[in-house]
Amino acid sequence: MTTLASREAPPEVAPAPAVGRRRRWTRLFLPAYTWLMILYFSLPILVMILFGFNDTKGRLNLRWQGFTLNWYRDLFSIPALSTALRNSLLIAVISTIITTVMGTMVGLALGRYRFRGKGAYDLVIFSAISAPELVLGASLLSLFVTVSFVRGFVTIVIAHVVFSLAFVAVTVRARVLGLDPALEEAAQDLGADPWTTFRKITLPLLAPGIVAGGLLAFALSIDDYVVTSFVNGQVETFPIWVYGATRIGVPPQVNVMGTLIFLFGVGIAVSNALLARRQRG
Amino acid sequence: MSARGGRGRLTPYLVGLPGGLWLGIFFVVPILVMLSLSLQSGNAEEGYRFTWAWSNYADAWDFYHVQFVRSIVFGLIVTVLCLVLAYPMAYWIAFYGGRHKSTYLFLILLPFFVSFVIRTASWKFILNDEGFVLGPLKEAGLLPGDFHILATSTAVIGGLTYNYLPFMVLPLYVALERIDPSLVEAAYDLFAIRSQAFRRVVFPLSLPGVFAGVLITFVPVTSDFVNSGILGGTQTTMIGNIIQTEYLTNNQYPLASAMSFMLMAALIIGIFAYARALGTEQVMEVSQA
Repeated sequence: MTTLASREAPPEVAPAPAVGRRRRWTRLFLPAYTWLMILYFSLPILVMILFGFNDTKGRLNLRWQGFTLNWYRDLFSIPALSTALRNSLLIAVISTIITTVMGTMVGLALGRYRFRGKGAYDLVIFSAISAPELVLGASLLSLFVTVSFVRGFVTIVIAHVVFSLAFVAVTVRARVLGLDPALEEAAQDLGADPWTTFRKITLPLLAPGIVAGGLLAFALSIDDYVVTSFVNGQVETFPIWVYGATRIGVPPQVNVMGTLIFLFGVGIAVSNALLARRQRG
Repeated sequence: MSARGGRGRLTPYLVGLPGGLWLGIFFVVPILVMLSLSLQSGNAEEGYRFTWAWSNYADAWDFYHVQFVRSIVFGLIVTVLCLVLAYPMAYWIAFYGGRHKSTYLFLILLPFFVSFVIRTASWKFILNDEGFVLGPLKEAGLLPGDFHILATSTAVIGGLTYNYLPFMVLPLYVALERIDPSLVEAAYDLFAIRSQAFRRVVFPLSLPGVFAGVLITFVPVTSDFVNSGILGGTQTTMIGNIIQTEYLTNNQYPLASAMSFMLMAALIIGIFAYARALGTEQVMEVSQA
């Protein structure tokens, strides 16, 4: 995100007809509109956080009935919901590890080497990113029913690796393409063998891309409803449970879990940005 | 050195193999299996056989063309809404965001830190017939007692627009941010008025962003079924809901596969028609970006 902001805003443009009116647009209307939209973006988030503190009676959490911390205390009092959250976290961790390792290798292969079949490989990666999730889920389900593979934990992990692998590969490939070959040549000139060069030079240089890809894979996995809904069998993940609950009313514990996940994600993003700023000096 | 050269030629294959196998077995093969399944006949009890059953496609259209057309119409409406709502924001942040550009973008991406399903459920909660918005208005007599937003197309289109708006803002922002401000200055120096400078300079230069934004909004919106599932009713069912039900509840695999393929074909044809209309250079530029 820091690179996006690297260019400074243009200076106020030279005098032209109707300067006053132009100023009003850029100084008043557009900023007001942007802030209004940001408010609109955050409205469901604010509501989610606020109603996690609502002292509601029973399952229906509709009107404000007073402040309470009960739902934070009783966070795990709905066994099925707790199981679903645990499943989600476990699936996210496992699929992130598999995806990050394989995606990094794919990114290296595509970013560094020219080989026969590279065009087809690129096409598959591009298709995996642009295919609608519905198609990914439906086609995987078609495969699993055709070969009578029991759906559950394993099939969810398989599916999550499929839709995040391409994203990690693309992220790492971008980093590989930006690598200065002179650094690796220098290591080899100093007598390092290829494996040492890779471990001591290439991998640390690729690390930011790998970490970004891994975080993306984790976020995609823990948030996924569409693909999971096709391949989950009897296993419930957090989004699957919440989707089912929307029919009868979402209990406030979901608001609390959503709030905690939100704060965790924002925390990582902000500290990441601050770290990057400090590194630039 | 020669040994290394020999191994070096194999390296990309070895490094790319696990990921390639995974994508081959669990992405490419499933799509072929789905294609084959869409041409099979039979039933869930006795199993399915491949019979070139094109009738599945005819049946899919006969039964569900209403939902199919509705999904495409919703997709178009939401894409246009997103474009209109996102452009002024992206424009202002790109040209006048100054030092705070990243902060604005971060605030726009904030919804992504909350699960997609929870965000949508949160809207259901806000728009609830007896909720904290509509409830008091009804009690005050400002709205009729049976007024509702949920289960209408307004709710579904609203939810879709909310969920996919950030996808439109980002590519627009990237395209607008790349525009050299001196080009705009040059337009003013040549006595362009504001609207001319925008129409003849800024907007054409932002077209790659418009193209990318339209694509990454239209495709997922058209195949979405979470918004219509949570916010919609029987009159707003989209093709994704039908596909999900046919697969998971009715076990009508051939019919459901045929529908998935029809949706995919419609999207691909739409994308190509759109790319042709806009000119291939735009597409190239986007894919390079």
